[in-house]
Amino acid sequence: MSDKLAARHFNAYFGQLRAIHDINLTFPANVVTAIIGPSGCGKSTLVRCLNRMHEVVPGARAEGEVLLDGEDIYAPGIDAVLVRRRIGMVFQKPTPFPTMSIEDNVTAGLKLNGVALKRPERDRIVERSLRQAALWDEVRDRLRRPGASLSGGQQQRLCVARALAVEPEVLLMDEPCSALDPISTARIEELLLELKTRYTIVLVTHNMQQAARTADLTAFLYAGELIEFGNTRQIFTNPARRETEDYITGRFG
Amino acid sequence: MDNLQPQHTNRQYEEELRAVRADLLKMGGLVEHQITEAMEALVSREEAKARETIARDTEVNRMDVEIDERCVQLLALHQPAASDLRFITTGLKITTDLERIGDNAVNICERALELNEEPQLKPYLDLPRMAAAAQSMLKDSLDAFVRNDAALAEEVIERDDEVDQLNYQMYRELLSYMAEDPKTIGRATRLLFISKYLERIADHATNIAEMVVFMVKGRTIRHMDKKKHE
Repeated sequence: MSDKLAARHFNAYFGQLRAIHDINLTFPANVVTAIIGPSGCGKSTLVRCLNRMHEVVPGARAEGEVLLDGEDIYAPGIDAVLVRRRIGMVFQKPTPFPTMSIEDNVTAGLKLNGVALKRPERDRIVERSLRQAALWDEVRDRLRRPGASLSGGQQQRLCVARALAVEPEVLLMDEPCSALDPISTARIEELLLELKTRYTIVLVTHNMQQAARTADLTAFLYAGELIEFGNTRQIFTNPARRETEDYITGRFG
Repeated sequence: MDNLQPQHTNRQYEEELRAVRADLLKMGGLVEHQITEAMEALVSREEAKARETIARDTEVNRMDVEIDERCVQLLALHQPAASDLRFITTGLKITTDLERIGDNAVNICERALELNEEPQLKPYLDLPRMAAAAQSMLKDSLDAFVRNDAALAEEVIERDDEVDQLNYQMYRELLSYMAEDPKTIGRATRLLFISKYLERIADHATNIAEMVVFMVKGRTIRHMDKKKHE
């Protein structure tokens, strides 16, 4: 397994407050890596650092390296917008553009990146992205309907399609199922299994069982530090660190 | 579960886990008692004792079912992970071994009743010795379980050979009785069976010990060569 993405000696700050402490973490290609940990442990912050979204917050800064295919995305001269094209993100709350049509939602990322498309090419991309997000069959007959007309689970899959339309290499997912019911959650988890054959996936979740079900590797963060990182199977049957064991067995103290 | 770890935040879960542990120890104690009573019944040739012991097996079976149900419920409702998961799956397997030991004690009683119909073939020296060895293995494997003591469990596993040896000796001795005098065959075969039951009890105690090692270390050592037990 080669490392698609890696964080090296990474620190992140909100003003004076250090939220991420010297983290070294690798994300192999075509693998789902979950990041788990209690609220405030820094998992969302870390993930937002992986595609340079952290720095858009006023007063926020980052130190250290994040390597995409071995190259540091924080190196001077690197265009953060291009980074975010290669490393896409799906958020907790489904955020389709409500008045835009479904197909316009899908291509919104491309438009924002200044990509002009002829109709046939557009249609091809819309279909491909919706198929990859396991949404095509449900919306193929109403692509002009507004994005907000979909159910919560469908909206989230639309957001996935939107993220995939720009053909990223890595997909960051920050609690993508937290706002969804069990059936929609199961569909998205199923989707992850297919997506990982094509993309590298980083999944932030506060639902340990979701990490156990879907991730190949799991990282446990606590108070901004990486406590343990390993095979999901091993983390959940015989973790190396007492802190990890206490967290996953519900000994919150 | 050990005393150094913080308690589960969900108190009901914590209580349930403790209850399973307590019940397992109670079942273990009952089964140890059954072995003692069975051997007493054999040596003393007391019919009543044999029958009481056989009757008491329903209690062993009841505990087996009850503990299993509790464990399954914990799995369903609490999604245990790591050491809790290993504890519960170990508990499920230990009840099976304890229940089988209980059955072996019953079998000893049944053979004892049959033996009572004829004069005693020979002084019983080796069978009580085997029983003592098997019982001490059972006691220690349960102690190891309570104390999360993998080292003690591994020691118990080593002692299985001793009981196997004693069983083999009994076999040879009884074979020579039967060869010399066919009138002894009835009693000798029943004593052979009893030796076998005691050997099986030791095997079940070994199984329990192997599960304890898994529970503590998170690695399975069952069905491995002794050399690889590190």
